[in-house]
Amino acid sequence: MNILNYTDEHQAFRKRLREFISTYVVPQAKHWEKDHFIPRDMWRKMGEEGFLCTNVAREYGGMGGDFIYSSIVCEEMAASMQTGLAPTLHSDVVVPYITEYGSDAQKKKYLPGCVSGEIVTAIAMTEPDAGSDLTSMRTTAVEEDGYVTISGSKTFISSGIHSDLAVVAARNPDIADPYMGMSIYLLEAGTPGFEKGKKLDKMGWNSQDTAELFFNNCRIPIENRLGDKGMGFLMLMGKLQQERLCCAMGAVYGAEMCVNGLMDYCKKTSDASDKPLSKFQAIQFALVEMATEVKIGRTFLDKLIADHMEGLDVKVETSMAKFWTTDMANRVLGKSLEIMGEFGSYEANPLVQGWRDMRVTSIFAGTNEIMKYIVSKLMRL
Amino acid sequence: MIEFNKSQKQIQKAVRSFAKGEFEKERVLELDRTGEYPSAIHAKAAELGFIGIHFPETYSGGGLGFVEQALVAEELCAADSSFGITLTMAGYGAECILRFGSDEQKEAFLPGVVEGRTHCGAAFTEPGNGYDITKLSAVAVMKNGNYVITGRKTGVVNGLNAGFYIVLCQTDLMAQPFTSGSSLFIVEADRKGLVIENAGERLSLNMMSTANIIFDQVEIPAANLIGEAGKGYDYVQKFLAESRLLAAAQALGVARGAYERAMFHIKNREQFNRPIGVFQAVRHKIADMAAQIAVARLVTYDSAQVFDNGAGDAATASIAKMVACKAAMAVTDEAVQLLGGYGYMREYEVEHFYRDAKMLEIRDGNQYLHKDIIADAEIGKLKAGK
Repeated sequence: MNILNYTDEHQAFRKRLREFISTYVVPQAKHWEKDHFIPRDMWRKMGEEGFLCTNVAREYGGMGGDFIYSSIVCEEMAASMQTGLAPTLHSDVVVPYITEYGSDAQKKKYLPGCVSGEIVTAIAMTEPDAGSDLTSMRTTAVEEDGYVTISGSKTFISSGIHSDLAVVAARNPDIADPYMGMSIYLLEAGTPGFEKGKKLDKMGWNSQDTAELFFNNCRIPIENRLGDKGMGFLMLMGKLQQERLCCAMGAVYGAEMCVNGLMDYCKKTSDASDKPLSKFQAIQFALVEMATEVKIGRTFLDKLIADHMEGLDVKVETSMAKFWTTDMANRVLGKSLEIMGEFGSYEANPLVQGWRDMRVTSIFAGTNEIMKYIVSKLMRL
Repeated sequence: MIEFNKSQKQIQKAVRSFAKGEFEKERVLELDRTGEYPSAIHAKAAELGFIGIHFPETYSGGGLGFVEQALVAEELCAADSSFGITLTMAGYGAECILRFGSDEQKEAFLPGVVEGRTHCGAAFTEPGNGYDITKLSAVAVMKNGNYVITGRKTGVVNGLNAGFYIVLCQTDLMAQPFTSGSSLFIVEADRKGLVIENAGERLSLNMMSTANIIFDQVEIPAANLIGEAGKGYDYVQKFLAESRLLAAAQALGVARGAYERAMFHIKNREQFNRPIGVFQAVRHKIADMAAQIAVARLVTYDSAQVFDNGAGDAATASIAKMVACKAAMAVTDEAVQLLGGYGYMREYEVEHFYRDAKMLEIRDGNQYLHKDIIADAEIGKLKAGK
């Protein structure tokens, strides 16, 4: 029995998306990885086809879909072998801040563009000195006479270069308590003082335009504050559940693809005596172990998606899943390359890129150490 | 644990200060991106005697043993994994001549490598056979007193810039076992009939070239046969037992270099108003890393010393290679994790230590190959059934 209930509509959506990816994304992915960039037009194309922000309500241009659509997008994109076009990040990590905390005016202004791909979003939390510890954030927001002035800098911001709208966390310099003084603002690209820094050179996610963002006295109307003043920290904590669930999705789907690819490779590849790798007992056991881990991950994940869709508070389980599935995916990819031997070291092997790309998942969206810290607190240890 | 003598300590110090002066971070990052060979640094390393320190002085070497070679490799790789591995691989395969070749061959080929004028490439493995070199398709046949080589080799390190190759070929197609019919040859890169192609981009160490080579009726003089015909497979196994000790020393250095960078980070990076090095979870990661490095060090120098005493064997080398590479993988992985987002950025170096550790783990046999070698030595062959 499936834990998740896929309807015919879901399946039709998956089919359409899969065709889209194999037509427009896969053939270009290698070039994007080399260029370290994706064409801006791809975001619009995805939007036009209805693959962005599937959960946004119809009145704002979306299809009002459930979270299964989100998981389908994440799963299918895992096969695209590129990370620049990141619909999950946009649709399920950043835009939900607007759908949940935005005013009617903000929703009307931004959501249709987010759905159509005209607006690419980014979430700007992390700073050079505020990674695991968000409370040490230095970016300030001063509200005065109907305007807000934002100053500071952010780093490791995904889609930073493409972003048209940044969801920025900043603190009120007058309030010492970092938990009380944080607010979130919607900052449009093109605002005077909003500068995009250099694109960061990374181990993987090469087509992803991860960047630094700088705010030099960016003055925006106070209407661009998201939610109530001082509620920023709670809003972040509230939305991180889904973000971490998305990380677990990416990890499980990636690991699954990897194990399938590896199984195939081991059946087709022989040593000099024509014995396929899959006939060696050590390799068989390793494959079985990996397949088992992936299955455990998938089962845990699907249950978590179901609970999340029911609106349950699964912060504990989500944090557990984030660290366990990303560690698992890295284990699986690392071992796969080793099993493949020399071929496991060539970039022509898609699993090599997978290995480089996967490594960041145990770091971003809160390191796996922070996940354990959160769970230990929530378990009142 | 081996106690280093005064001269060994001096070597350690000299290599350390060389690397400190010559290995610029910006240059590493640039060559990691472009795949260009660090020629100037290679020339200087050779000039100072760090290439082929274990080769006899007659051939421009340091006249020292493998312990010294391991010391050089550890220090260079700790200073930078990519530069370190690349430099210590410059003569990869030349030991085949040193250990099994004639005096004429040694005179003709070794000084060039040791003095940094040329590189050596080892051409053993063949397409589609993985690490397995028991069934070769490449053949060398005698014709008018010369050998003519036909076949394909893959994954030849230094393949694009080597002056000569050590090539394993079948010379007796009827030999039983088949491996007793293989022989080892020296093939100069400018011989007619060599088609040398870039094997493609790898996950790291692209500054060190890898080639696939087609030998299309390459004619070489009989004098280019290394040692005796029919002993090629045995020579290669012996060479690998030596080169795997080098891999262990490289892995030890890579692990240490990543560890030192992680150590700097955890002492200086402040989160929650304190250096992250005060957190127990972080401290215990460091403890684990230190323990793994200690094990890698013991196994590396112990096997190097055993080798220098003439008692080196395949299983000892496999244990050293497997254990040290596993340590390097775990330590570099944890270093990336400890640096967090910075760990994933090229600028902060540990990410290429992590990739280089992966290359070491895969090159020269993965754990499965080494476990076969170790188990064969420990258990021996058992008969099935009664």
